[in-house]
Amino acid sequence: MSILLPRTITRRRVLRSVLDGAAVTLALPFLDCALNGNGTALAASGKPLPLRFGTWYWGMGHTPGHAIAEKAQTGSGIGFLEETAALKPLADQLNFFSGFGMPLDGRSNYTHFTGWVGNRTGSVPQKEGEIASPTLDLLIADTIGAGTRFKTLDASSAGIARENYSARSTESRAQAEISPVALYTRLFGPDFVDPNAGTFQPDPAVMLEKSVLSAFVEQNRDFSRTLGAEDRRRLDEYFTSIRQLENRLALQLEKPVPNEVCVRPARPAEPAPDKLAQVREIPNVIETHAIMAKLLAMAVACNQTRVFNMVFTDNFANVRKKGETYTHHLLTHTEMIDPSRGYQPMAFWFNQRCSEAFAAYLATLASIREGSGTLLDNCLIFAASETNYAKLHTIDSIPVWLAGKAAGRIKTGLHVVGGGDPITRVGLTAMKIMGVPLRNWGTKSLQTSKPITEVMV
Amino acid sequence: MSGWKGGSHVGVALSAALALAACVPNEPPSAGAPATLRRLSNDQYRNIIADVFGPQITVAGQADALQRSYGLLAVGASKAEITPSGYEKYYAMARSVARQAVSLDNRASVVPCTPRSAAEPDENCAQQFFVKVGRLLYRRPLAPAELALVLRMAGEGARLRQDFYGGLEVGLVGMLQSPQFLFVVDTLEPDPAHAGKPRLTAYARAARLSLLLWNTSPNEQLLTAAEHGALDGAAGRKDIVDRMLSSPRVEAGVRAFFEDFLRFDQFETLEKDSVIYPAFSVRVVEDAREQVLRTVLKHVLDKRADYRDLFTTRDTFITGSLARIYRVPTAKPEGSAWVPYEFPDDDPRAGLLTEVGFAALASHPGRSSPTLRGRAIRENLLCQKVPDPPGNVDFSRFESADAQKKTARERLALHSTNAACAGCHKITDPIGLALENLDGIGQFRSTENGVVIDASGTLDGVPFNDAAGLGRAMRDNPATTSCVVQRLASYSLGRNTTGSDKPFVDYLGQSFARDDYDFLELLRRVALSETLFAVAPPVGASSGVQTARMEP
Repeated sequence: MSILLPRTITRRRVLRSVLDGAAVTLALPFLDCALNGNGTALAASGKPLPLRFGTWYWGMGHTPGHAIAEKAQTGSGIGFLEETAALKPLADQLNFFSGFGMPLDGRSNYTHFTGWVGNRTGSVPQKEGEIASPTLDLLIADTIGAGTRFKTLDASSAGIARENYSARSTESRAQAEISPVALYTRLFGPDFVDPNAGTFQPDPAVMLEKSVLSAFVEQNRDFSRTLGAEDRRRLDEYFTSIRQLENRLALQLEKPVPNEVCVRPARPAEPAPDKLAQVREIPNVIETHAIMAKLLAMAVACNQTRVFNMVFTDNFANVRKKGETYTHHLLTHTEMIDPSRGYQPMAFWFNQRCSEAFAAYLATLASIREGSGTLLDNCLIFAASETNYAKLHTIDSIPVWLAGKAAGRIKTGLHVVGGGDPITRVGLTAMKIMGVPLRNWGTKSLQTSKPITEVMV
Repeated sequence: MSGWKGGSHVGVALSAALALAACVPNEPPSAGAPATLRRLSNDQYRNIIADVFGPQITVAGQADALQRSYGLLAVGASKAEITPSGYEKYYAMARSVARQAVSLDNRASVVPCTPRSAAEPDENCAQQFFVKVGRLLYRRPLAPAELALVLRMAGEGARLRQDFYGGLEVGLVGMLQSPQFLFVVDTLEPDPAHAGKPRLTAYARAARLSLLLWNTSPNEQLLTAAEHGALDGAAGRKDIVDRMLSSPRVEAGVRAFFEDFLRFDQFETLEKDSVIYPAFSVRVVEDAREQVLRTVLKHVLDKRADYRDLFTTRDTFITGSLARIYRVPTAKPEGSAWVPYEFPDDDPRAGLLTEVGFAALASHPGRSSPTLRGRAIRENLLCQKVPDPPGNVDFSRFESADAQKKTARERLALHSTNAACAGCHKITDPIGLALENLDGIGQFRSTENGVVIDASGTLDGVPFNDAAGLGRAMRDNPATTSCVVQRLASYSLGRNTTGSDKPFVDYLGQSFARDDYDFLELLRRVALSETLFAVAPPVGASSGVQTARMEP
């Protein structure tokens, strides 16, 4: 953390000054901590540009045979078809994974639930609603999330806060931010410290807030010991949450590294009342998603977080077209397959919008220059749905994308064919790339110790 | 802060006395369950803040919603954790509430003393403030160490800000983000009547009562009564419970239960297509929810009517926005004022199931859904689990049913011909189809696609011809009353009732019948029960019994 302060002034000195009530102004040459000559590292610290991880979720999978051309074996070149045409320009930033299995070991397929839980946690639920293991984004955040304001960020354009696919357990499931204005306020509101401000003045009130939190945590340690084991575990989660806020406050007391990429975005407009009443109409979903994508991308570029989760549509795809009686989800089960096209036209239309949204999301990340490349080059985005073919609720061969160059740690442009191997191989690969010290991952038949080395550098 | 006087429900004590005089079963003994932390609901949080600091305080934002468990958010509260992002929300709410509480506008009513100087610490005045407020927020007096800490924080805050009230704000933020406030803590003490076993402290008993009956923390009067042992014996507790039930505040408690029982949190994400249903609006969502609750409250609180008659009553309330949906000419078209309304005898609507709230909630955004409605009736109102659809259904045979079939009944008939689907659809669809005269937002229709709707069916063998008939069948179905009893038991205990609770649930069910299905009397029996306060030692605690903090 000390790299964030000029060497001649220790953090302790700053804080002592703060506590003495003296206003401290720490002037730094503007942008003196920019990138090195190669554009690959921070000049001030010599540390490499941070590696970031994101997830992106859409409901209802792809339309088999009309999204990606099938392959018999792993190889370069992804065969983008009509449904995924929007992703073709980003081919050199993508890997596509198909043919991986979701063995249930005799458990039920809880429709639109088992798929994402198994894929993201490595454990198939034993009962409806159960999330037995942490999702992979949190395991990655435990590894790379320190030193930023937010260990993880969760946003959703689907308008349902609880439908977020990041959880430590059944009872510890983060809720997504569903309002662009609220997301903006959280990221760039009054507590945002502009790293490029010419002067820096630590706020004494923040120091005090941090002291208060620490003191209350200490006091409640004794209280924790009187509780049963389960409640103690719940309270530990609460303490963990406080510690994250303490860390955030600590960062607010430190001069951030100047960062020319980081520009506080404009505050989104309050949505009109008619839009608020129609949050899940697809044009509104797309608009919300675009705003949130920009906010998240800038938050990542501003080093406010290194792990970020975006939900485009939820696992029951409660999105709809104006005037249509069926939602995307209902269409997948009721719409007749058009014999001339070989698919359900309206369900396919929604699937296309999902692919376009994913492409737009990646393009937003790629629009931010960072070093000699783009923000997307320093990210790994794990994008997946909960099903392969929604019409039949199939969970084998759930489509998974890995996007971004992960700062050169991943090869791209490959279509990886799983051959029935557990889908956890993809998640394990992502975690290995992000540096999570795991030997194996998953439970029962989903357990694997084999990352997909074909895509790893 | 409201006391417990005044009230529209003053008949409770009298009817209770009469009921006690009749032959009623005795409450069976209960071993209880380990005490748990229960996270406050958003409504409880708001109620407490309004009680402690005044209704003028705005609680900006809201915490993460609780997750439903065994049909109830109240059970989920006993499992709920606070995630990092969830804690952030609590922290933002704490900062906002604390800032408002000590603002120039509010400090006179909130702070019980005037500091020597507004620009510096005053420990004496700060102590008066935190002793008073801390007791209400933590639902017990502050322990000496707790008081010392918050005073130290307030002192440092006052010095740094050169503002006494700024110091109070700092201390308040600390308390409002504390687990002692955000979680309802079942504080334990050794039970003098049963050596080696714990019991709830008087304060914890007061909290259980207050949250059950008023959906808020105990007020000063209740805490003081508890402190003086009023909850230790049956007579004292009866006096307190009857006074609480006679207070208008019991409306908040009953409202909270029915919102949870009826799963009204789903209204927060309810949307309808604006082209298909132009009459539907955000206002309709709010009013539809409120209409059901007003119907329930009038029925069970004001009229003390038979709970079962909720499914047949024609007595309700209406607003202008709802009048458009109901096509009722009496209310002003755009007015939002609530007026009593009774559906005429020849109106096809009768009972909760035919109100817009139920019909719209259990439908899709652009169409009605007999399956969703049937499932809601089975699971929410009859406490019967409908299995989830199997994961391997081939939907091909249902494709384009819309184009070929005119009515929902015809479309759903296909499901009964498929073995994989028929089992569950036979449970849900016959009763859901009874409501097909109500479209996706509850507007009446007699035809669908030009075909007259057939709303007849059976509920567990009882035939009916229409929605009103379904209401009568619901009224007379034993599961209707056993369900509300079982849910109220779980709601009050904060956990799913299990086999060992069956004697208690049976006792409540028998009492409910003897009390002519008077819901308030049922609530009273729960509040007076020993089971409500029964606890077992915590599992895995390093010290099995928590020392009570009785001293201020």
